[in-house]
Amino acid sequence: MTSARRLPRIVHPLAWWGWALGLVVAASRTTNPLLLAMILAVVGLVVLARGTDAPWARAFPTYLALGLTVIGLRVLFRIVLGGDPGPGEHILFTLPTVPLPGWMAGVSLGGSVSLEGVLAAVYDGMRLATLLCCIGAANALANPKRALRVLPGALYELGVAVTVGVTLVPQLVESVHRVRRARRLRGDVRTGRHAVRSTAMPVLHDALARSFLLAAAMDSRGYGRRGEASRAARRAVTACMVIGLLGLCAGSYGMLDASVPALLGFPTLLAGVVVSVVGLALGGRNVVRSRYRPDPWLSPEWITVLCGALAAAAVIATGRLDLSALDPSVYPPVWPTLPPLATVGLLLAALPAVATPPPPQPRSAAPRVRAATVPTSPPRKALVA
Amino acid sequence: MIRFEHVTVTYADAPAPTLRDVDLAIAPGELCLVVGRTGSGKSTLLGAVNGLVPHFTGGTLLGRVTVDGRDTRTHPPRELADVVGVVSQDPLAGCVTDTVEEELAYGMEQLALTPQVMRKRVEETLDLLGLAELRDRPLHQLSGGQQQRVAIGAVLTSHPRVLVLDEPTSALDPTGAEDVLAAISRLVDDLGVTVLIAEHRLERVVQHADRVVHLPGDGTVVAGDPRTVLARTSIAPPVLQLGLVSGWEPLPLTVREARRQVADLQQRLGSLTPPAAVPAATSPPTPVLRARGVTVRHGAVVAVGSVDLDLFSGEVAALMGRNGSGKSSLLWALQGSGRRDGGKVTVAGQDPRGLRPAAARALVSLVPQTPSDLLYLDTVADELRTADDEAQAPPGSARRLLDQLTTGIADEHHPRDLSEGQQLALVLAIQLAAAPGVVLLDEPTRGLDHMAKQELAAALQRLSADGAAVLLATHDVEFVAAAAHRVVVMAAGDVVADGPTDEVIVASPIFAPQVAKILAPAPWLTVDQVRDALRTSGGEVAADPWQGMPLAVDGGGRS
Repeated sequence: MTSARRLPRIVHPLAWWGWALGLVVAASRTTNPLLLAMILAVVGLVVLARGTDAPWARAFPTYLALGLTVIGLRVLFRIVLGGDPGPGEHILFTLPTVPLPGWMAGVSLGGSVSLEGVLAAVYDGMRLATLLCCIGAANALANPKRALRVLPGALYELGVAVTVGVTLVPQLVESVHRVRRARRLRGDVRTGRHAVRSTAMPVLHDALARSFLLAAAMDSRGYGRRGEASRAARRAVTACMVIGLLGLCAGSYGMLDASVPALLGFPTLLAGVVVSVVGLALGGRNVVRSRYRPDPWLSPEWITVLCGALAAAAVIATGRLDLSALDPSVYPPVWPTLPPLATVGLLLAALPAVATPPPPQPRSAAPRVRAATVPTSPPRKALVA
Repeated sequence: MIRFEHVTVTYADAPAPTLRDVDLAIAPGELCLVVGRTGSGKSTLLGAVNGLVPHFTGGTLLGRVTVDGRDTRTHPPRELADVVGVVSQDPLAGCVTDTVEEELAYGMEQLALTPQVMRKRVEETLDLLGLAELRDRPLHQLSGGQQQRVAIGAVLTSHPRVLVLDEPTSALDPTGAEDVLAAISRLVDDLGVTVLIAEHRLERVVQHADRVVHLPGDGTVVAGDPRTVLARTSIAPPVLQLGLVSGWEPLPLTVREARRQVADLQQRLGSLTPPAAVPAATSPPTPVLRARGVTVRHGAVVAVGSVDLDLFSGEVAALMGRNGSGKSSLLWALQGSGRRDGGKVTVAGQDPRGLRPAAARALVSLVPQTPSDLLYLDTVADELRTADDEAQAPPGSARRLLDQLTTGIADEHHPRDLSEGQQLALVLAIQLAAAPGVVLLDEPTRGLDHMAKQELAAALQRLSADGAAVLLATHDVEFVAAAAHRVVVMAAGDVVADGPTDEVIVASPIFAPQVAKILAPAPWLTVDQVRDALRTSGGEVAADPWQGMPLAVDGGGRS
């Protein structure tokens, strides 16, 4: 029993998303740098332990870099547009002040920069960076295309659009690179509007041809078959999905922001989930599809989601008990401490690194030739010759 | 199995119908080869089989197309997915998932087959197409031939009775193409699948065909036995042309059939030496490009490993080798705008790499694998005028070059509406406006039909006669035999062979053209050589198939 569960396999993508969302909730509730660093460490550890070598998994470093940029920008804005420090703050250095016209009252350029101001910016930037990395981790751990399979078949157009989008965006980047390289062959090194046009035209044409081919291929292979739901049924499904998604968004916002009324939090989220599930069920009824090797939902999946939820709950509970532990004071700056309950919760969130089965390794050693180096050329012709 | 009844297809804004009153019936288990020039309606014919035309492409279809009794009027492509499998020219363009196994299962998931059936069929298909080793691999890591086999497997798992393939081998190296064609012919032999396949390079596929459907270009269709149909067209593969020239009966379709009748021809050719397949340069060749130790790395992979190469004026050289052997990387490195991690390139005393792009292209010009990347304006006239400006050439030079390359490209045409051959000609004219001494071409023959290839060969000939050095990367062995003086073969980033065309390719099992395979060990490469030799020796040449050809089938005979 145990050994069967430990066999390498893919963990259900929704389990990873649930886990990551739990950490997102946790991160959004705190500016404590120690807790945030812990979340980052947990996320990094799990990605290292359970990430694969697939192209989508290699995006995690990009999210990390994006996070660092966010912190840097936040601090930079604080320094340049920081405004005057209040009394008693520790002045680090002073920039020359640039006088601004009167209508821009309230905004000041330059001036003194205080330790407190910079610290607040770093904490805030760190929170945002951690949120980004949690989303990045979910992307790295779960194949986005596998996650997309939960889309009901009745949403034919949406399914085509999303699949085409997910497939084409990476190719688009490659197209831009290829066309820019080709422009130099013409001796054309002009920049500005001309460069935009001479690059955009071939790239967009290429993207259009590709998306047409992909959509045609999906159709030819039977995507959306027997999807002939009545117009009313289609509308009902679409309405359910839109309302459900709105509920999900509003609910998530309520959960993330402690200052909004409680009604907008968990109840709205729950209602959104219920409406979405109804929509999915309605839509799925019309289309007959089956799944090849469906990802099972077993105990590792439950553990993963539970760990994420516990981490969120622990941080929220800590906030109820002692708000200052989650948001350490910066006026005056005090050394942040690790609240024990939140710490235990976050440590639990690292459990999936060992509690889930490892991802399967490709059986044959893949010679990594040509990956991302030789640009693939676009289709030479669309369907209409 | 497939029935076309009085089918006429007209696209919006088209002056004339693409298909005109086509009547065609294809029996179950038949392998049917569709041939014709670019734009003659091959893709339209293939697309009509599963309803992509007109459900997906627009246009109007008069008449009736039925597949296995189902009318495409009432059945959109997705409702025919269990009967017709479609494989496109670019395998990656049609891939919906990420790994081999998931791709094979995708079609079956849409058909709602049970998991047990799916598991069984995936395993069977993996074995049938020799993909078992690759089952977990991401699709983008596979070679072109492997990707194309996966694309075929992905439609096979739905057990279609009809397989439609639109130029499945055009992007593949000779070995990859052989693999794919062998797989297809095995399907016909073992499973009785009906196959409709379009191809430009007939020489390797015609032997498998039961019937040839020829589209002359006026919207009509001529179907019949491969020998009779092809013998009347200018697109016959070399083996058949050789049979016509030597008056063999029955006409051979394969190298093996030809060898059985070759004794008399060998006797007649016995004492003759082959004339040059490609006229040699008049002036003695002088080196114009000198590359020493050129190295290109992509991450940990060494794409080009310390290659030495000289290019001579008045010479057309062909760069051959498998997909991924470093041909493109070498061309880009020689031009100067690609990556180069070591080595030196000298053209006219300068290294193009250190120069501004405009100066570099005046020394070495490169036509990339996707020529249309260079085109971005609305009319041909605008492109040509911009080309003159960029190259600082007198107004009208690019236009003059284009007229030398090909005819029929009007000023007001939109560059994107041109056929592949015309786009290539336009880009070549744009690049030649700077009068470079060295011209590099990356896979220019891909997607070109027979006539466009002849025009290209003539253009390269003229270029080299004017003193330029030409280097082209290609997989097309027949084109190399007819157009190149010299062949450079690359493998895994190294140059493994470099010499005159006849010496390098005659003995090679993969790169030898059909005529060389038939007449080996004598160094004959092309049918033209044989015909000329027979003629000049006063020997008798059987009725020249292109003399007084009744229906100028392809809009013009052979030049």
